[in-house]
Amino acid sequence: MTKILEVNDLMTRFHTTEGMVYAVNGISFHLDEGETLAVVGESGCGKSVTMMSILRLLPMPPAQIAGGTAIYLGQDLLKIPDHEMEHNIRGKEIAMIFQDPMTSLNPVLTIGKQITESLRTHMFMDQAAAERRAVELLEMVGLSDARQRLKAYPHQFSGGMRQRVMIAMALACNPSILIADEPTTALDVTIQAQIVELVIRLREQIHMAIIWITHNLGVVAGLADRVNVMYAGYIVEEANVEDIYEDPSHPYTNALLAALPRVDRRRDRRLKSIAGAPPSLLVEPHGCPFAPRCEYVVERCGMETPRLTPVGRDHAIACWVDIKTGAQR
Amino acid sequence: MAKRGIPDPQPALSKIEGPVSALDELETPILTLSQLAWRRFRRHKMAVAGVIILILLVAYCIGGAFIFSESYANHTDTSLRLQPPAAEHPFGTDTTGRDILARTIYGGQISLLIGLTAMILEITVGVLIGAVTGFFGGWLDNILMRFTEAVLIVPQIFLLLVMAKFFGGNVPNIVFLGREFSGSVIVIVFIIGLTAWPYTARIVRAQFLSIKENEFILAARATGTSTWGIIFRHILPNSIAPIVVAATLGVANAITLEAYISFLGLGVRPPTATWGNMLEGAYNYIDQGVYWLWLFPGLLILFIVLSINFVGDGLRDALDPRSRAV
Repeated sequence: MTKILEVNDLMTRFHTTEGMVYAVNGISFHLDEGETLAVVGESGCGKSVTMMSILRLLPMPPAQIAGGTAIYLGQDLLKIPDHEMEHNIRGKEIAMIFQDPMTSLNPVLTIGKQITESLRTHMFMDQAAAERRAVELLEMVGLSDARQRLKAYPHQFSGGMRQRVMIAMALACNPSILIADEPTTALDVTIQAQIVELVIRLREQIHMAIIWITHNLGVVAGLADRVNVMYAGYIVEEANVEDIYEDPSHPYTNALLAALPRVDRRRDRRLKSIAGAPPSLLVEPHGCPFAPRCEYVVERCGMETPRLTPVGRDHAIACWVDIKTGAQR
Repeated sequence: MAKRGIPDPQPALSKIEGPVSALDELETPILTLSQLAWRRFRRHKMAVAGVIILILLVAYCIGGAFIFSESYANHTDTSLRLQPPAAEHPFGTDTTGRDILARTIYGGQISLLIGLTAMILEITVGVLIGAVTGFFGGWLDNILMRFTEAVLIVPQIFLLLVMAKFFGGNVPNIVFLGREFSGSVIVIVFIIGLTAWPYTARIVRAQFLSIKENEFILAARATGTSTWGIIFRHILPNSIAPIVVAATLGVANAITLEAYISFLGLGVRPPTATWGNMLEGAYNYIDQGVYWLWLFPGLLILFIVLSINFVGDGLRDALDPRSRAV
């Protein structure tokens, strides 16, 4: 497998009136060609900020990328000039879809106009060709009467239909990476399933790599090849999707899975919640971020931040303790 | 529809006639945003009345030109000065014997021209400054907004008078659309346009500040839309409603301001007529019963400003996306 995207030691901070927010604290991961990587973690753990840093979509200031590289096909996305980012990367090589389809489409422009826009700027198509392609795309994402719909406005579409339009827009220029930022969170369960199914079908059709940000571990199981678990701006566990469910090795992943309702467990059992709250990102990180809530905590956790270290094939965790034996590393 | 008294045989069928679109999830017919706005605008009776008066006034100014020539409007004959309204001169004659009816026609053209061009200038400058400050923020915003405030602090009338006095000295006549008129028209357009833009700039800035935070702007950036594409294709169309309203009211404002400075003798120079400069000198005769000097141009100014303001009000309601009245 060739690595299509490699992120190294990415650090993102926000300068706010309350002080520095340490949003992403030196994370490294890679994405192979054609694979689906799920990024899970609770709200505010830096999942979206990481992806938006890579695409340089964060407003700067207040955001600041304090360090790291993001290598896409040999070029560092964090260093290339703005216009190159606009012309050659965003929407063309790396596309992104967002959480809330109700607010992600421009209310005063027709669907057709919004889809053809990127075709015209990136693929230099004329209006007629762009419209033909737009019809094709809308059919690809499963919307009937595509030609008439080009003239429709977003308010005439339901949430699920809008998310399909967003996907069509993202796929317009055949990107090699699709970043999906919680694309199903705002949709109800049946529509969620439809969208996931659609993405799986399209992934096979156009062979792109996907980064799927979510906090829904159920969706992850059916979709992802690999999983990154994030906590407070760190990646704490990185593993194949089977290993995450069968052999969770970080205390946080373990706790997260224990908090998940499962059909194969007794129904009268209470779900376990994780005691405490995530750390304030306003404090400079010191030691393991999960230490205050961790049941395996040892003295070293409060002093040194563990780095991701391999514990098996394609499986790495950032923890000082082996949770199965209780031994320190 | 069914004829009177005879019930529609198949009311259910009539609803699904026409091109049966398979947009099955849509319950209401597709209306574009402008169609929705037009529906709301029609409900606003004063605004519709305003549009009608406005059309009549424009027809008066343009149509009248086919009946009277401009040389007739500017023709002086002191033997006929201060004639009261009569068959020969329906609106009477002025202090140098010119026909007031013909002068209101040609003066109206100039007044409308000043109103429209000053508005275009004002909106262009205002939108550019508002868009740049609202979108980019930072030091640029600081400098430009302090400048805008500085312009706002100086009373507009005062600024207008000083500028009119300063720039209006000796301006050559110009020929435009086959007509020759005083170059002071251009001067007036510029000084009105260049003093009225701060209001537009502030409206546009506020719009940009709020709209740029929307998720669809982020989504547009994620598809590789350039900064100028974001500004002009995504944010500007979303802020068009208040700009249209500001533009409409800007026309009325420009006409009033022109009347004001022309009345004080600093505006458009005779013989080119405007409704404003026709009032100039009328005050010398106000106690002598020469009412026709000020009545007709005064009424026309009143009507046009009122009707434009009604239209602006109607547009404000019709274009407000939060207005739920359909």
